[in-house]
Amino acid sequence: MIRHVEVRAGTYHDSVTLMQVSQAVQGEEGVGGALVAMATQLNLDLLGGMGFDVPTASPNDLVIGVTADDDAALGRALARVESALAARSSEDSGAGGFGAAAAPRTVGSAARRDGATVAFVSTPGPYAFSDAMDALQHGLHVVVFSDNVPVEQEVRLKQEAHERGLLVMGPDCGTAVVGGVGFGFANVVRPGPVGIVAASGTGAQQLLGLLDGAGVGISHCLGVGGRDLSAAVGGASTLAALDLLADDDATEVVVVVSKPPAPEVADSVRERAEKLGKPVVLALLGPGRPDLTAVAQTVVTTAGAEWRAPRSWPSTAPVAGPYPHVRGLFAGGTLCDEAMLLVSAALGPVLSNIPLEPSWALEPGLPSKGHTMIDFGDDEMTRGRPHPMIDNSLRIERLLAEARDPSCGVVLLDVVLGHGAHPDPAAELAQAIVRARNVAGARGRDLAVVVALIGSADDPQGLEEQARALRDAGASVHLSNAAAARAAIALVNGGGGD
Amino acid sequence: MTDLLREEPRVVSAGVDLFANALAAQAVPVTTVDWRPPVAGTEDHLARVLADPRRPDANALALSRMLAAGADLVDVRPAREVLGLESGQFLHAGPPITWERASGPLRGALIGAALFEGLAATPSSAEALLAAGDGVEWAPCHDSGGVGPMAGVVSPSMWLFELRDEATGRTAWCSLNEGLGTVLRYGAYGPDVVDRLRWMASVLGPLLQAAVRRRERIDVKGIIAQMVQMGDEGHNRNRAGTLMLLRDLLPALVDGGAPSSDVAAVAEFVGGNDHFFLNLVMPAGKLQTSAAADLPGCTVVTTMARNGTDFGIQVSGTGGRWFTAPASTPEGLYLGAFGPDDANPDIGDSAITETIGLGGFAMAAAPAIVRFVGGSVPDALATSRLMYEITIGENPAYAIPILEFRGAPTGIDVTLVTRTGVLPQINTGIAGRVAGTGQVGAGLVQPPMECFTSALSALAAAAPPLAPRPAPEVPGSPIRSAGASHVSRRDG
Repeated sequence: MIRHVEVRAGTYHDSVTLMQVSQAVQGEEGVGGALVAMATQLNLDLLGGMGFDVPTASPNDLVIGVTADDDAALGRALARVESALAARSSEDSGAGGFGAAAAPRTVGSAARRDGATVAFVSTPGPYAFSDAMDALQHGLHVVVFSDNVPVEQEVRLKQEAHERGLLVMGPDCGTAVVGGVGFGFANVVRPGPVGIVAASGTGAQQLLGLLDGAGVGISHCLGVGGRDLSAAVGGASTLAALDLLADDDATEVVVVVSKPPAPEVADSVRERAEKLGKPVVLALLGPGRPDLTAVAQTVVTTAGAEWRAPRSWPSTAPVAGPYPHVRGLFAGGTLCDEAMLLVSAALGPVLSNIPLEPSWALEPGLPSKGHTMIDFGDDEMTRGRPHPMIDNSLRIERLLAEARDPSCGVVLLDVVLGHGAHPDPAAELAQAIVRARNVAGARGRDLAVVVALIGSADDPQGLEEQARALRDAGASVHLSNAAAARAAIALVNGGGGD
Repeated sequence: MTDLLREEPRVVSAGVDLFANALAAQAVPVTTVDWRPPVAGTEDHLARVLADPRRPDANALALSRMLAAGADLVDVRPAREVLGLESGQFLHAGPPITWERASGPLRGALIGAALFEGLAATPSSAEALLAAGDGVEWAPCHDSGGVGPMAGVVSPSMWLFELRDEATGRTAWCSLNEGLGTVLRYGAYGPDVVDRLRWMASVLGPLLQAAVRRRERIDVKGIIAQMVQMGDEGHNRNRAGTLMLLRDLLPALVDGGAPSSDVAAVAEFVGGNDHFFLNLVMPAGKLQTSAAADLPGCTVVTTMARNGTDFGIQVSGTGGRWFTAPASTPEGLYLGAFGPDDANPDIGDSAITETIGLGGFAMAAAPAIVRFVGGSVPDALATSRLMYEITIGENPAYAIPILEFRGAPTGIDVTLVTRTGVLPQINTGIAGRVAGTGQVGAGLVQPPMECFTSALSALAAAAPPLAPRPAPEVPGSPIRSAGASHVSRRDG
């Protein structure tokens, strides 16, 4: 028989609550008697009457007395005290009592009342730090979808997360899949062995779609934000995400998708990858490096599955060039980058708002000139405006403008499906494509439209239906962004492409 | 911390509803924050303050100290003895103020106190003396470790309650409550007012002193805990608290040997003044907030106080510095023929009750008075619930029955006020604008937001700068693998 007495100073609970707690503790197997009470003289007398040594305590202190058969029973009893007191305080923070609970005004308030595990922050960039910090300080992992977050704030968030053993996904994390749940813009994918660490949202979505299309499932896709592997941020979230995936039984193969890291970050990522105990594919995107589709192929074979080339739906319209220049209108920055790499290698300079070379920058107002590609999802373009994956209006406007421009031969578009994206983008875009082709046709030109359709078979929009609607409008449709870019190149070069 | 990859995600979403809906469509439990942008212009200061690594621990310490603070009534003595106050020295409510900027009720109370102390024979000569600043000076009660309701004027011959926090040995004080209506603290200074002050100094004070000393200590915190369960919110309703105090004091009062007529007068005075106990809730509050004061990096409000012209707050992380802005005029119900035009801007240290989670914060506990301050019972419930959004914790000692015994919302956080735009809700009496009038009504008021944005700015200035971390000096070459490279493959 063990007699345990402890005094906790400055902890107050009302007597009814404490009687309920005492009763709960007495119900534990192997527990003889238990008193959890404020240390009033009356309660101290009771404690003494139960055979305990009466401690020195004031009525503002909580006193706990437990008799137990053995250490295990005592452990259970004390755990029960904690859980019963905690249960009470979580009841407290709920909607208890009459009338409606106030809606939580802050992430912290919401976290306190509902025992959340993850916060998703998509507040405007200048405010996102406060909300994300609040999440971390309340013990939540956080996905920061917001962009336009200053880098020093990102560094501070990731430092806080590291100290608390939490993961910050983002800022500017467009896509994450955690345990099958899609955050932000995420595709519906089957569960499987591949864990993705992605500094690029649309890069991750292309991989999700292509892997799913090849029959390979995903364990988790952890976004880290586009700047994570920069010198300033030091790969903090990438390293943390690698550690998480290392310990995750469901993950058998890991792929890291990013632009090449800052030199000083590269070694630490490589070192961590080598010690992971699992195969790691480092997919570093850039000139002369394999495109995302090639990465997907490597991942699929590394996972021991058979690679199948991504599907495409050839255009029903006859090829009737010439097609002088390519105009890319992108929602995804990584997809835009990838298309620019391929097109510039084949056709020469591509002007852009996110140019590959500084001298290829578009003039203010972004007027098309030669081969031109615009990332409509860039920070500058989304300030105060919905993302082009949600709102197609800017891209449709530009599509019609390109239709009137005799120097435009091919329009290259990405259409991204999945959670969070427009519920039926093809419905709007197909109409616009028909109109654009008619506008060009009325001017005696054929306007070729090539679509990179980024999605998986189970996405809510319906991959097959979206592809057909776009094809029926006269576009050629490719599940591989690289394949779409190559089709555009082939059109300019006078080939049929598809 | 939760295991991100193994636990079923339960999500808090702040920002774009579309994404919360997308999560809900995946059958994920989602709590959506009723998010709105912070007060304009505060985002950089908020980032700096929330990034302050000292803040989480400092706030947690502030909360635990506030919850642990006790409050025992241990003595009743003249201010001259307690504070060493000398003739011509006065204390007053709220932040510091000059005669030129002082409001009618504060001037009236100073005039009354000068008459009471015999510094002048007539109100006009008292006013001239005070205006000239001739041998007189005044300072905030808060800066001397105490509190005063409404004008809060204390002079050397007035008697004070002295309270002690046994846990720390810290003390706090407050004047004795004069009752309602035409009284000094509301700016009245007529002969009745001064006569009452004389009786309080000659009969009430000494009898209370003897009774308290016989009792040794009266657990004020314990009485507050009970009064909140009996329909008092501790600011505008103190009826249960007053009667419980009287219950505790009466045997010692009767047994103290004073003339029975004096004992009867004291019992009648205390029992007949429903606000008598306010002057014990307030110093209990001062003990609670003092326990949390002066913690570097802490963003918890330790003082909210008004002098009838300015509203001032003090914050733990910025010590004794006042952040002031013009006080608002309360909205509420008026006595008799008085109306809004008669009202003076917000006045008094009694907002210490809200600072500790009582008063307007505990409105849900006091449905009996919600109409008196111009509200409804659902309003009261909604008000109390909203105050949890700007506080860092709950005080289980002050449990609100109708909210399922939820503890009073405790520890107003400057960052939460500025992030949410939700201001503390204060229940208050309304003083007449003109010196000498007295009370004209009671109602609800909020502090000006500027107090909180100024405090936030000062906290930001005191926080370490947010600078990019210097790049780690890791020797070696960058990853040179050609794109998708197979780094390692092991079995298992």
